[in-house]
Amino acid sequence: MNICVCVKQIPDPTVTPSLDPNTSNLVRAGKLVLDDSDTFGVEMALQLVDAAGGGEVTLVSMAPNSEVSGIRTGLAMGAAKGILVSDPELAGSDALSTAKVLAAAIKTTEFDLVITATESTDGYTGTTPVQIAELLGLPSVSFAKKVEIVDGALKVERQTEAGFDEVTSPLPALVTVTAGVVEPRYPSFKGIMSAKSKPVTTLTVADLGLSGQVGGANSGQQVVSVRKAEARQAGTIIEDSDDAIGQLVGYLEQLKVI
Amino acid sequence: MSLGKIWVLAEFADAKPTTATLELLTAANTFADKVEAFAWGEGVVNYAGVLGDYGVSKLYDIGSLAGSLPGPKVAAAMAEAISSDSAPDAIFFATSYDGRDSAARLSARLSVGVITNVVNLVANGSELNAEHAIFGGEMILTSKFAAAAPQIFVIRAKSFAPEAKEAANCEVVSASVSDLGSTDGAKIVSSHVEERSGPKLDEAPVVVSGGRGLGQPDRYQLVEELASLLNGAPGASRAIVDAGWVPYSYQVGQTGKTVKPNLYIAVGISGATQHMVGMKGSKNIVAINKDKEAPIFQVCDFGIVGDASKIVPKLIEAIKAR
Ligand SMILES: Cc1cc2nc3c(=O)[nH]c(=O)nc-3n(C[C@H](O)[C@H](O)[C@H](O)COP(=O)(O)OP(=O)(O)OC[C@H]3O[C@@H](n4cnc5c(N)ncnc54)[C@H](O)[C@@H]3O)c2cc1C
Ligand SMILES: Nc1ncnc2c1ncn2[C@@H]1O[C@H](COP(=O)(O)O)[C@@H](O)[C@H]1O
Repeated sequence: MNICVCVKQIPDPTVTPSLDPNTSNLVRAGKLVLDDSDTFGVEMALQLVDAAGGGEVTLVSMAPNSEVSGIRTGLAMGAAKGILVSDPELAGSDALSTAKVLAAAIKTTEFDLVITATESTDGYTGTTPVQIAELLGLPSVSFAKKVEIVDGALKVERQTEAGFDEVTSPLPALVTVTAGVVEPRYPSFKGIMSAKSKPVTTLTVADLGLSGQVGGANSGQQVVSVRKAEARQAGTIIEDSDDAIGQLVGYLEQLKVI
Repeated sequence: MSLGKIWVLAEFADAKPTTATLELLTAANTFADKVEAFAWGEGVVNYAGVLGDYGVSKLYDIGSLAGSLPGPKVAAAMAEAISSDSAPDAIFFATSYDGRDSAARLSARLSVGVITNVVNLVANGSELNAEHAIFGGEMILTSKFAAAAPQIFVIRAKSFAPEAKEAANCEVVSASVSDLGSTDGAKIVSSHVEERSGPKLDEAPVVVSGGRGLGQPDRYQLVEELASLLNGAPGASRAIVDAGWVPYSYQVGQTGKTVKPNLYIAVGISGATQHMVGMKGSKNIVAINKDKEAPIFQVCDFGIVGDASKIVPKLIEAIKAR
């Protein structure tokens, strides 16, 4: 069982983000980190390969400036190798452009299954994965909260409005996993050390045969403006006390909810 | 009217259009002369009546999906209708599981982009400018398509208020879907409903949500009790959904439900940006959190700094004692 996991490397989410005033693209200064949302996919893949008794996990990422620190985190968790697509031409890519690049990168390796998160922390379009599936001609199951391989087929519990559906699909396929799907492991010291020597192939847009088809220049979207949203009026904030409960009850009465 | 024709993916649950569908149709009516819909299901012809009330003049019946997940077939039906008929100026999908999948498949098939997480649309000639809340709703980013119709938008729930139109006659046509081969391989084997009582989370006038600050799973009962005293619905942050305290259908936020109740009470919730985008539109917000620096206090109208496990029982008693 060979599994490709798409892992996005993003600016540290604990740092307040900002927009470039000229391009309105997210400012991506500083070291990138592995998007937390993707650690669930990496863990899921490692467990599925284990259960299958063989095969390997390949991480696929598109990121500026040959950034690999996020990929290394995934390698330290146990993935075997990485594929990075990095090219100045890719700045300002929209979801479809990203999907074209990732689909082409995935095609350079052998896989039975592609795993992604349901949405990234910084972009959260949630459309990239299924666009990849369409471009690769694969079936897809989004919003998986449980994933198994049974008799060579994918078996997924997929979230729905009302609960969940049990969905099956032949392989190869693409699945997007939610944060509840598995508990990601922390990389061990040994894992971190061995990650340093695991292979990461770097590809350019030209290597993938996509010159002139992807990146900001070919993205169909334009930013028109950015403005501050209407701020909410600051409210009353009080410390807990018996009087506080009385005041809260008074507030609820005034809203006529009691 | 600035646009000629808009298509809407109409989703139904228990033979009724979802609220998000009615919101999309209402928005489509304000921008286009002609609104047409696509729907799947066993008896799509029966949907024509209610869709007609919302201004739909033509309904493409994708038919029963026979267990397939909707995305591939919806996208194929739309792509085929575009090539055999005429393309719409814009296509609206809801930010739902199937809406997102369908929009993504269609975008890749047509090789046109898609704008997601839309919370408002503004017409500018035949273009629609889409507003998208970023940084937890602090900033509004407006974007548009550079070229090439159709403009595909995935629109978040509660972005428009649903409003029926004068009833129109809705013609039903069958949407042909050719054999999709491997992309249509995923099949639903069985469906499971997680029961919940009381008003629906996204429609309730009062929502009481609990987060990790409740400390332990059984304290969620306090949230449920308070919600029921206020005739509201209980909700949750993702932290306690992931931890398995409550089912996913309780989640409020970016990946969960968008709620805009008259009153939202956040108990032990920090107010992460992804939670805020789902509840910041509430009319009145109450927060209970022991950390006075918690971001949730920046958006609340009334906040108490303290231990939720003490405050909520006292509040319940005080309400009962009235
Ligand atoms: C792509 C993506 C999508 C996401 N989607 C969602 C989403 O849809 N919805 C969502 O909610 N989150 C979502 N998240 C997660 C989000 O970032 C936060 O992790 C989550 O909302 C935190 O939940 P919380 O506030 O319950 O927990 P925490 O952030 O851990 O906060 C707990 C709070 O409880 C307070 N507290 C502790 N003890 C007490 C006490 N005794 N009494 C009172 N207060 C106490 C603490 O001060 C703290 O403020 C998403 C994240 C990502 C990356
Ligand atoms: N640049 C990228 N590199 C690798 N994976 C990505 C990238 N962008 C998106 N993905 C994958 O697609 C998922 C959804 O991303 P998004 O469409 O941005 O919400 C992410 O969580 C990743 O698994």
